[in-house]
Parts: sequence; structure tokens; C-alpha cells
Amino acid sequence: MRKEVCVKSAALAEPRAASVDDRLAVTGLTWRQFPSRTATFCLVELQKLRHDRTELFTRAVQPVLWLVIFGETMSRIHAFPTGHLPYLDFLAPGIIAQSGLFVAIFYGIQIIWERDAGVLTKLLVTPTPRSALIFGKSFAAGVRALAQVVVVMVLSAALGVSLTSNPIKILAAFVIVMLGAAFFSCLSMTVAGAVLKRDRLMGIGQMITMPLFFASNALYPVSIMPGWLRVLSKVNPLSYEVDALRGLLIGSPAHFGEDFLVLVVAVVVGVTAAASLIRRLAR
Amino acid sequence: MNSLPAGSGALDPERVSHGRVPAVTITGLRHRFGDHFAVAGIDLSVEQGEVFGLLGPNGAGKTTTIRLLNTLLPVQEGTVEGLGHDVRRSPMAVRRLLGYVPQQLSVEAALTGRENVSWFARLFDVPRRERKGRVDEILEVMGLADAADRLTSTYSGGMIRRLELAQALVNRPRLLVLDEPTLGLDPVARDGVWQRVQELRQATGMTVLVTTHYMEEAEMLCDRMALMHLGTIRARGTPEKLKAALGPEASLEDVFRHFTDATSEGSDAKGGLREVRSTRRTARRVG
Repeated sequence: MRKEVCVKSAALAEPRAASVDDRLAVTGLTWRQFPSRTATFCLVELQKLRHDRTELFTRAVQPVLWLVIFGETMSRIHAFPTGHLPYLDFLAPGIIAQSGLFVAIFYGIQIIWERDAGVLTKLLVTPTPRSALIFGKSFAAGVRALAQVVVVMVLSAALGVSLTSNPIKILAAFVIVMLGAAFFSCLSMTVAGAVLKRDRLMGIGQMITMPLFFASNALYPVSIMPGWLRVLSKVNPLSYEVDALRGLLIGSPAHFGEDFLVLVVAVVVGVTAAASLIRRLAR
Repeated sequence: MNSLPAGSGALDPERVSHGRVPAVTITGLRHRFGDHFAVAGIDLSVEQGEVFGLLGPNGAGKTTTIRLLNTLLPVQEGTVEGLGHDVRRSPMAVRRLLGYVPQQLSVEAALTGRENVSWFARLFDVPRRERKGRVDEILEVMGLADAADRLTSTYSGGMIRRLELAQALVNRPRLLVLDEPTLGLDPVARDGVWQRVQELRQATGMTVLVTTHYMEEAEMLCDRMALMHLGTIRARGTPEKLKAALGPEASLEDVFRHFTDATSEGSDAKGGLREVRSTRRTARRVG
């Protein structure tokens, strides 16, 4: 048996051509690393999800409560001027965006957990630029949020929301959800890099989630907001995400170009901010 | 460049690497946290193919030195080179050539053993064609083939450590850096880890830089060692020379005690064998 193992490990000895090795080491493959690392982190996220699906369902409870209790009640009293659109239809994209937001905003906790568990240290010594690490992780958060969003979309449809059946539009909505989640997870990882402690991050996560949600067009049209809230809503990426989702999923008028651009810029800014702080987590 | 006693680098003439860059070159390295110097000026050279032990009590500066080498900490003063690449100028190059197992047991508990290893194979750009084969192979070598598809949350400490070795080795690094690899493991698990490291090294001739404070393990494994205390290197050489310098029957444990008990501040930072000899009369025999 021992012999066998020795033979096996001899296979590892296979000398690599030093020149090729060193050239690879120096040039580093940087440009290819973004897509490759992103795919890797997304895959790992799916693997984790496959091993434990319970969270997908426990996290679906809250959106359902929003739709069923808040949505149904508000529909009845016709509180919000949503035009010819039933309030539940108006609300559903907002709740879909919110369920993605909730997944993403606590993603920074995972990075602190990885830090406490020592895994982050090992990730940081792989040939992965900090920005590629954050970018990969933020899209992994997007994958995670997307899995959540699919559950909420199915539930919305079951509750009678008339969601689009156009596969292109659904795919585009997935892209929007990914971008939104990528931004909010970067926000979360930035805060994680700043506060470094899990419980502090929890507190801050709680503190910013609701304002992000309420100061957006998720629950009500911007037109009925007071002026100051409109300003907040205007700088809140969640509003752009909801606007695009509403346009794609239930066909209300939307500003797709602007929404997409704002989300992409937000992701770039978020990745840059989080990547500049992640080194702090390695100390 | 450093204070290596002549000849101490060449234990086994067959392994001397003529004309090859050293695996590690550290010159004038100092690193401070606030007012405290964790590393207070060290010079060190590790040749390719040797197993080099960095020994010392807690707080000696071993881990800081390693974290400077593997690019986790920014170099403040001095230079650190891994296989000829300056860690400050080309950190990616160093990371690509280096396998690292940190002190803390750390794997992703929500993934299986195989998923953990193949994750790192991807992060090190192991080509897709070779990936599965290499992952299977290294899991086999580490004795984890049977447990590979179980979640690592079910693994014992020894298994986790072997899985971490697999993660560090799947890239076939030129330099393996182990920070207290057996800390907190039971004796059987410790043997399991060391046995694998030795097998690997016999098979591959890989350079290994290891920190430990288990002297018997260091003696068994290391070709050469440096003894660190309070951020400086107090002695270095082969285990045999270090012991012989202290007395005919001295054990490595005695050498360790000799240099760490005598905490004379400001002692010569470059204390080599000469210092060992000069102070051997004060050596304390411990039964």
C-alpha cells in the first residue's frame, strides 16, 4: 500500500519546464483571470447551494409575506396610483429586487466568515488580483440572489401576478438581478472591509437595508414621494433595478438604457471600493 | 549576504543547487506592527530542494516572516524574494510558485473535499484537461480518496490538514510553505501529515519551508533550520551542527531552550554558530 502511494506521489514530481513556468509566473494571465475567476466563484456558490437548499426556502418566506399581506391589503385600499396596473403586479418586481438585495447585502458576512475561518487568507495567496476576487465573489452573490429570485418569481406567478413569459425578457431580468446583487454585495464587502467584525456588519446591514428598500420605487411610484425622498430614490441603484425589472417582467414603461448603465457603473465603483479594502481583512 | 556559517547550506552535496536561484532570499527584513517589531532584521536564504525549518516560540516572528513571503503582508523594510521574484514587484509570480498551508485549519465546510481541492486547482489556473486527474491524484496521495465526496464539515482535524496540503499541492508549487502544520493535531494525525510531506518531498524534491515548535518533528524533517526569537534569528544550521555546538549530548530541545530562555535583549541579531559555541558553557541540560 505504502509503495503504491509513493509511486503515486512520484507522478507529482514530473518536472515542469522552468522557462514556461517562469514566463507564466511573470505574465500572469491577468486579462483572462476576470472571467475565469468569476466562473470559479459562481461555480463554488452553486456547489454550496446544492449541498444546502433550505436557505432558499426560508428566505422566500419574507417576500411572500410582503406580496400576500402588504400587497393584497394595499391593493384593496387602492392607496397607490399605479394607473391601470394592479398593485400586486406593480409590487412584484419590487419584491423580486428586494429578495435579491437581502441576499446580497449580507454577503459581506460570508467574507468575514471566510476570514475568521482562514479561507480568505488562502484565497488571497492564489494568483488572483484583489479586484478579480471581489468581482468573482460579487457575481457569486448574484448567482445566489438569482436562485432566490427564481423562487420568488415562481411564487409571484402562483399568486396571480402576470409576469412575462418571453424568455428573452426573463433572461434580461436575470442579468439585471445579477448586476443589482453584484453591486449590493460589493457594498456589503466594502462595509466588511471597513468594520472587520461580523456583528458590526450585521448591524450596519440592518441599518442600510430598509432605507435602501423604502427610498426606492419598489413599493410605491416615485411620483407620490416627497421631494427629499425622490432625491434619495434617484441615487439609489435599487430604483434603477426595479425600474428595469418592472419594464421587463410586467411591461410597464422603463428607461432600460439608463438603468443598465447606472447598474454597470455602480458595480464598477463597488468592485473598486471593496477591492481596495479587502487587504484589511487579510491582516 | 547573510551570516551562514560556511558550508552549512550544503548538507548533502548531491542536493546543492549550483547556479539555481534560491527558493527564498530574505535580506534586512524588518516589520513592525505599531511600535512593536515582529521581525527585527533578518537575513535568510533557503536553497531549492531543501526542507528548511523556521523554529521559535510563539511570538518569535515566524508567521510574520511567512506572511511577508507569501504576499499577505506588505514588505516595509528589506527585501524578500521567492524563487528569484521580488514579492513587492511581482507578487503574482510568487503566488503562482508557492503553495501555502496556514496555521489555522481552514477549508470551506459547505463543500466536499474534492470541491475544495478543485476550487484551488481553478484558482491556480490548472488547465481544464489536467484538472480532474490532478485533483484525484493528490486526494489519493493525501489518503482522502474515500472521503473526497463528503462535506468537509465531517472531517477530522488531521483530514482537514491533509486536505489543505492537497489544496496547496494541486498547483505543483516549487515552494511549499507550511505554518505550524501540526499544531493542535493529535499524535496520529501529526504523523499522518509529516509522513505525507516526507513522501512528497522524497518523490518530488520540492523545497519546503516549515515553521514549528515541535523539536522532534523539526529534527526528523528539516535539512537545515533557523531559530527565531523576538524577531531575530538566534542560530542556524543543520540540526546536527546546532546540537554539536551546544555539547556532545545536547538535544535540539536544549538548543531551543538555550536560545529562547536567554532573552538578553539586543543580543546580536545575526547570532550564528559562533554565538552558540561561545555560550555553550551556559547550556542547560534538561532531562
